[in-house]
Amino acid sequence: MSTGAAAPPLARPARAEPPAWVEAVGVRAGSIVAAFAVGAVFLAATGHDPAHAYREMAVGAFGSSFAVEQTLVKAIPLALAGLGVALAFTMGLWNVGAEGQLAVGALAASWLALSAGGLPAAVVLPGLTLLGALGGAAWALVPAALRAYAGVNEIISTLMLNYVALLWVDYLVFGAWADPTAFSFPYSRRFPEAAHLPRLYGDVHAGALAALVAAAGLALLLGRTRWGYEIRTIGASQAAARYAGIPVRRRILLVMATSGALAGLAGAGEVSGVIHRIQQGLSPGYGFTAIIVAWVAQLRPWAVVLVAVLFAALLNGGFVLQTAGVPAAIAYMLQAMILTFVLAGEYLLRRLRRRRAVAAARALAPP
Amino acid sequence: MTPDQIVALLAAAVTAGAPLIYAGVGETLAERSGVLNLGVEGIMLVGAVCGFAVAVATGNPWLGALAALGAGALLAAGHAVLTVTLGAEQVTSGLALALYGTGLSAFLGKPLIGVPNPAPFRAFPVPGLGEVPVLGPILFRQDALVYLSYGLALATWWWLARTKPGLHLRACGESPEAADAMGVNVAAMRYGAVIVGGALAGLAGAYLSLAYTPAWTENMTGGLGWIAIALVIFSTWNPLRLLGGAYLFGAVDALGFRVQLLGVETSSILLRMLPYLFTLTVLVVITVARRQASVPAALGRPYFREE
Amino acid sequence: MRPPLVELRGIVKAFPGVVANAGVDLTIAPGEVLALLGENGAGKSTLMQVLAGLYRPDAGTILIDGAPADLRSPGDAIARGIGMVHQHFRLVESFTVTENVLLGQGERRFLLRPAADHARVARIAGAHGLTVEPRAVVRQLSVGERQRVEILKMLYRDARVLVLDEPTAVLTPQEVAPLFAAIRRIAGQGRAVVFISHKLDEVLAIADRIVVLRAGRVAGEAQPAETTPRALARLMVGHDVDRPPRPVAAPGAIVLELRGVDATGEGGRRALHAVSLAVRAGEIVGVAGVAGNGQRELAEVVAGLRPPEAGEICLDGVGIGHLDSRARWRLGIAYVPEDRLAEGLIAPFPLAENAVLRDYARPPVGRGPLFDRAAARARAAAIVERFQVRAPHVDTPVRHLSGGNQQRLLVGRETWRRPRVLVAMHPTRGLDVDATASVHRLLLSLRAEGVAVLLLSESLDELFALADRIAVLHRGRVAGERPTAAATREEIGLLMAGAVP
Repeated sequence: MSTGAAAPPLARPARAEPPAWVEAVGVRAGSIVAAFAVGAVFLAATGHDPAHAYREMAVGAFGSSFAVEQTLVKAIPLALAGLGVALAFTMGLWNVGAEGQLAVGALAASWLALSAGGLPAAVVLPGLTLLGALGGAAWALVPAALRAYAGVNEIISTLMLNYVALLWVDYLVFGAWADPTAFSFPYSRRFPEAAHLPRLYGDVHAGALAALVAAAGLALLLGRTRWGYEIRTIGASQAAARYAGIPVRRRILLVMATSGALAGLAGAGEVSGVIHRIQQGLSPGYGFTAIIVAWVAQLRPWAVVLVAVLFAALLNGGFVLQTAGVPAAIAYMLQAMILTFVLAGEYLLRRLRRRRAVAAARALAPP
Repeated sequence: MTPDQIVALLAAAVTAGAPLIYAGVGETLAERSGVLNLGVEGIMLVGAVCGFAVAVATGNPWLGALAALGAGALLAAGHAVLTVTLGAEQVTSGLALALYGTGLSAFLGKPLIGVPNPAPFRAFPVPGLGEVPVLGPILFRQDALVYLSYGLALATWWWLARTKPGLHLRACGESPEAADAMGVNVAAMRYGAVIVGGALAGLAGAYLSLAYTPAWTENMTGGLGWIAIALVIFSTWNPLRLLGGAYLFGAVDALGFRVQLLGVETSSILLRMLPYLFTLTVLVVITVARRQASVPAALGRPYFREE
Repeated sequence: MRPPLVELRGIVKAFPGVVANAGVDLTIAPGEVLALLGENGAGKSTLMQVLAGLYRPDAGTILIDGAPADLRSPGDAIARGIGMVHQHFRLVESFTVTENVLLGQGERRFLLRPAADHARVARIAGAHGLTVEPRAVVRQLSVGERQRVEILKMLYRDARVLVLDEPTAVLTPQEVAPLFAAIRRIAGQGRAVVFISHKLDEVLAIADRIVVLRAGRVAGEAQPAETTPRALARLMVGHDVDRPPRPVAAPGAIVLELRGVDATGEGGRRALHAVSLAVRAGEIVGVAGVAGNGQRELAEVVAGLRPPEAGEICLDGVGIGHLDSRARWRLGIAYVPEDRLAEGLIAPFPLAENAVLRDYARPPVGRGPLFDRAAARARAAAIVERFQVRAPHVDTPVRHLSGGNQQRLLVGRETWRRPRVLVAMHPTRGLDVDATASVHRLLLSLRAEGVAVLLLSESLDELFALADRIAVLHRGRVAGERPTAAATREEIGLLMAGAVP
């Protein structure tokens, strides 16, 4: 139904202003441009030609069908983990443990892949997908329970568990799961074919589909369901959530488990869709980058997917630059700069709206 | 363990505790002013690489330490701009700094991998005190930065508790409204605390590359920055308790290393989990036992006069 | 009259949604007690916060000792001798009295010397007749003691102008006399005191000169000897004020009953001791008390937000102490909490999503797992219409509404389905005169419909105007209960102070 029924007390704002979304998109796009500008200054200052470097990065990220495939492959874990992080952040839970949850998801999926023997793909693939999600969820439930029932700061707990999870991977790939044919290289045997995720386009594996489904599901959950309303309410005001009788503790468990499951899926996708084994350093910090992705996307599910592609492009572009003598770490710095400018942009937007509201108040007041 | 081994373990704990003291005291200052800085890990790495580079170039570890202080201050200033002036979410800004610092240190450190450090800080006994039985070898046969760390923790405690600027800093973290109403410049205090805190985190990193394992390796902090943040909670924002906590964590670290030397049958990888699991356990115990009574009341909350 | 100490010329200050000062002129002379009278929202506090350096005026000038002063911060104002005691105290709760007094500008020095500092603070406090223990931590002090610390902070810096924002709002009637004596003493030293208030009798009792503000402008000036409460009220409001008539009560059966309820407050201290209280259908029971004597805990224990540790809470004779807030809402217990924007509403959410905070889980909004946004908008539009909420749109975030409209939305939501019980805590705090009147009318109409209303208020005026009976909370106990018709303010005040009359 329309809100026109209540027309009398409702009045349109007096002055025409740019629609809010134009402003919001404009400020964010401006933030990204500004980040690249500062990056250019940094490159120039360290003796590199920024124009050349950026061109190389663009070619590396999108210049060929192979480049596009590699960019999308990297965007998959960023999007999945980023969606998980965005969900937790929406509720005000600082889950910074996506890296560890991703690793445990990879471990769980690898366990099945390595012990599946001759099982058919129709059993192994759904199984390892499920195990990946469950592994990530379980790893996230530890800090979730500590937060919900003992009030333990989840920033520190999720971070500490990252280190434990990564060392656990090391422990297995150097020990029980080490590839007997490799000379103490830190990786496992190659997975059997039945444990390889199907490819959709070139190297892009079925995880891309999972990321899109997850984004759609999350958008639906947050915007159109009671749980979504509850999660957003808790994130906006714990006191109001308590007042409304929302079971905050149970929602913490639910949200952290889902958040961890998405990161776990990312991990399962990496081992069974990309590297086809588990190894030390299976993620170049996807779980951490996902935090920046989520924030730059302002925790909006579809924006997370877009930003994940942009950040994957930066990573790939960075690798290409390395061959040109510019360290790949420039990609991480650009990502951090983008976040910095997005944060600064938020401030500008807030100030702008406040100033406008003050001006509107003065314009309406009698002389 | 023989008494000698215990003394050696405790001495190692004091050495391993030094970077935690620098980073932890720095974080204590920032948090006491009301600003959470989760970027410690990144700042430490940049401090480590800058300190190492300057020490290698000049042959003087003190210049390296100075460079690390400056680099840490510069990075932290960025955090201060975002969180104090622009009112950005402190958690996000800090995490970004941690990641940025990690990336930057890898960027700057590429050519330094495998380079030997010609001028590390070396241990020297304090005349007289170094000869005291038990305490001498534990506390007074260390390097200069360890000696300075004792003084830093004590001086910071005294400054916070007994001086007027210290009072002002604490007020900014407890009630910026109250501080502002009495003419304390909240933004300036917070900038100062965050920047000095960042400088100390930079020095903590330099301690690793100039004294502890005098070399540069990527990600050489291995989570010490995060442990330092946990330590601040553990110490309830008190630099003296932080001193004790840092040595406790140092001991756990050193113990893991020593258990291996003693030939106990355990995987070295599992032992490396010990500090993280210990941090988590301590955090749980502290939270349950204390119910966070002494958290600076305004921690994490930006302050703007007209909003 | 001596030359003015302070002169404000054409002060303009606007905030999002409101112009608080629309060109105000004011002079303050040494040695005078100047009352700044006005309704909530008239711009009194904003004007003085401009003088205290907390707000930068959009236009206008400030002259101190005849010279223009550019006050960029409270520090500048303090340095020029202007001190303000804010309505919401600005004290560091975890600090001692002495630390709070020393905090900030004043003498330049580096070291704290606890023993000497305590002695010095005690001496200055004694000299001004403000008894307070310098070693006490502010968190443990009563509201009256905190106020003395705030005044002490300014006298320690030898303020020439002392601004007191609604200083009596938090005091019992008996605590007002010593405060007035202190104000007289301070003015007698040649300092100027600005006394902000909306209470006519107090202003007439203490002021040498009265300036009335209305809607951000000076509405008039008066000498206490030459004016009447009625004339002042007309200046304040712009028209004659009519109290909503309170028809004779026709209370029915007991609806809400508390028997021997104990509850724990924040920080684990016992906040309610064996509280027994009954509210009948069609009755308003008022709860008076100095802030922090268990009012919040009482409201929460009834609303289901704080579990009782002992005793019984009954609705229509059935125990409900074990039920959570949602279950109690479904049984008909509505709650208007103290902090409307942080607890009762979700500031960044639009009206539509705030309108269904109680009912989102049930049809028509909650259908299975889904949340029907159109139904939420429809509910919001209906509340907006019935309760005359002025809002640009149902998709507008509620933080952009004025306090009065926020409260109309909140009260509208809570009373949308006629509740059995309404718990309302400080429902008119910070509202202007019209919004206050509309909330009062609403409470009385609920009473007429047979709702049991528990009204917790810090305003004795409000309680005497609305309540059928008044219960007084002191240190978590019901210190006494009186039918309003038989009660006097003095009696209630003594009960609030813990004295048995």
